[in-house]
Amino acid sequence: MSALRALGRAGLSFFERLGRGHIFLLYTLGGLPATLYRWRLLTSQVFALGVLSLVIIAVSGLFVGMVLGLQGYNTLVDFGAEESLGILLALSLVRELGPVVSALLFAGRAGSALTAEIGLMKTTEQLAAMEMMAVDPLHRVVAPRLLAGILAMPLLAAIFSAVGVYGGYFVGVGLLGVDEGAFWSQMQSAVDFHDDILNGVIKSFVFGIAVTWIAVFEGYDTAPTSAGISRATTRTVVNSSLAVLGLDFVLTALMFD
Amino acid sequence: MQNNNQELEPLVRIRDLCFRRGERVIFDHINLSMPRGKITAIMGPSGCGKTTLLRMIGGQLKPLSGSVRVDGQEVTALSRGALMSLRQRMGMLFQSGALLTDLPVFDNVAFPLREHTRLPERMVRDLVLMKLEAVGLRGARDLMPSQLSGGMARRVALARAIALDPMIILYDEPFTGQDPISMGVLLRLIEQMNEALGTTSVIVSHDVREAASISDYIYVLSGGKIIGEGTPVQLDVSDSEWVRQFMDARPDGPVRFHYPARDIAEDLLAGGDE
Ligand SMILES: Nc1ncnc2c1ncn2[C@@H]1O[C@H](COP(=O)(O)OP(=O)(O)OP(=O)(O)O)[C@@H](O)[C@H]1O
Ligand SMILES: [Mg+2]
Repeated sequence: MSALRALGRAGLSFFERLGRGHIFLLYTLGGLPATLYRWRLLTSQVFALGVLSLVIIAVSGLFVGMVLGLQGYNTLVDFGAEESLGILLALSLVRELGPVVSALLFAGRAGSALTAEIGLMKTTEQLAAMEMMAVDPLHRVVAPRLLAGILAMPLLAAIFSAVGVYGGYFVGVGLLGVDEGAFWSQMQSAVDFHDDILNGVIKSFVFGIAVTWIAVFEGYDTAPTSAGISRATTRTVVNSSLAVLGLDFVLTALMFD
Repeated sequence: MQNNNQELEPLVRIRDLCFRRGERVIFDHINLSMPRGKITAIMGPSGCGKTTLLRMIGGQLKPLSGSVRVDGQEVTALSRGALMSLRQRMGMLFQSGALLTDLPVFDNVAFPLREHTRLPERMVRDLVLMKLEAVGLRGARDLMPSQLSGGMARRVALARAIALDPMIILYDEPFTGQDPISMGVLLRLIEQMNEALGTTSVIVSHDVREAASISDYIYVLSGGKIIGEGTPVQLDVSDSEWVRQFMDARPDGPVRFHYPARDIAEDLLAGGDE
């Protein structure tokens, strides 16, 4: 009986948070026009979220591409199809690994930082002080960060995929001796702009919205204590990773049926 | 006629205000008025709800019942837009200072100016330096909030609160952590703004003597009620036990020093098994 009650309570609080999250998003979106107008606020956030994530994105992309090159070569060479390595690399990176892995990395690197930053601003009454100065924190603090995250994510995913392709090229062509011309030309003919590239960009755009939204909401909704901030940061990483993986399944089913 | 009414109505008028935190009653039908252009002090033991009261005047907390009118407007019933424009005419010094930790002192003070006015940067600079000069921190303009002492941070927050020359300023313990010299400067600053600009001031303070020296009217809060009110002179000669205990800083008397709890002997004997 009490388990049932606990379940009910958990369900209610889940839906309550979901509702609050949507109202929060709605108010924040109201601040987007002003954010575009004050582009300095936006650029500094694009720098903090995007540029500062470049290293981890590029390094991970390189290694993922190298591993793909190695594994792909070992499998393909048994069928004498090692020249198709370029196709394998490009399609798996652009369609799946690029958007998904970079979104997971983005959640860990930038999402957690966002949550902690906004959570600390709430804990130290900075958000309350802004409200008393008639400045809406949703517009001044949250909106630029949300927009910056949404802009940065597709770019980071693209960089991840590009670096990954070069990682695979390095292993496949440079070390294992796949023919360079075949590698590039097969890739070029097999990758479709609309079906592959555009769908990959749409995916990472959706992931960008999900991850940044979860991150800023968790920060804004933090219980104003140190334990509250640490819980919120953890929740950001866990929830946005799960959201990315879940959304990836849904999007893949819709796009590549 | 209309104008006359406005003049007569106090800037802040609180009627029948009730508020509760969980089971704990913070305000139990209290009435206060803060007249225009005057300095009103609010005193009372720690935890009696002074900060809570300021937040209600600023519309950050909603009362359980009762009315809070500021400049003729019912704060509890204002739309978000109207509340924001009312707040532009309010300054609030937070008890914790609440400076924006990512911005240096200068930008903190400039923040309300940049958000709400379209003044050229040169004029913003002049205004900020004047406000910082008033609190004696013009030289600290490039420091980050983390590099300030507690008292300095509070003075920067004060400079920020007065940046837009608001019609009312709510000071939450402005004197805490100030040495006697800066305390004197702050007292004079509050008095001057009151005289020169006609600013209405509400001061929450534990420094009974200092606050009394500049205020026109004092309310003493305790246990959710107003236990005494009057001009400093009236309170000084008041023979109410409550007021006497507070004004003379006596530990014993009707005002409880302790947060509500059971008897200490009982508590200690109970061991760990609650
Ligand atoms: N967020 C909160 N949740 C629950 N209770 C709270 C909260 N904030 C304050 N309280 C309670 O409300 C009461 C009044 O708090 P308030 O901060 O207004 O006190 P205060 O008079 O400003 O005290 P001080 O002089 O120490 O600053 C306190 O008893 C406190 O325990
Ligand atoms: Mg207080």
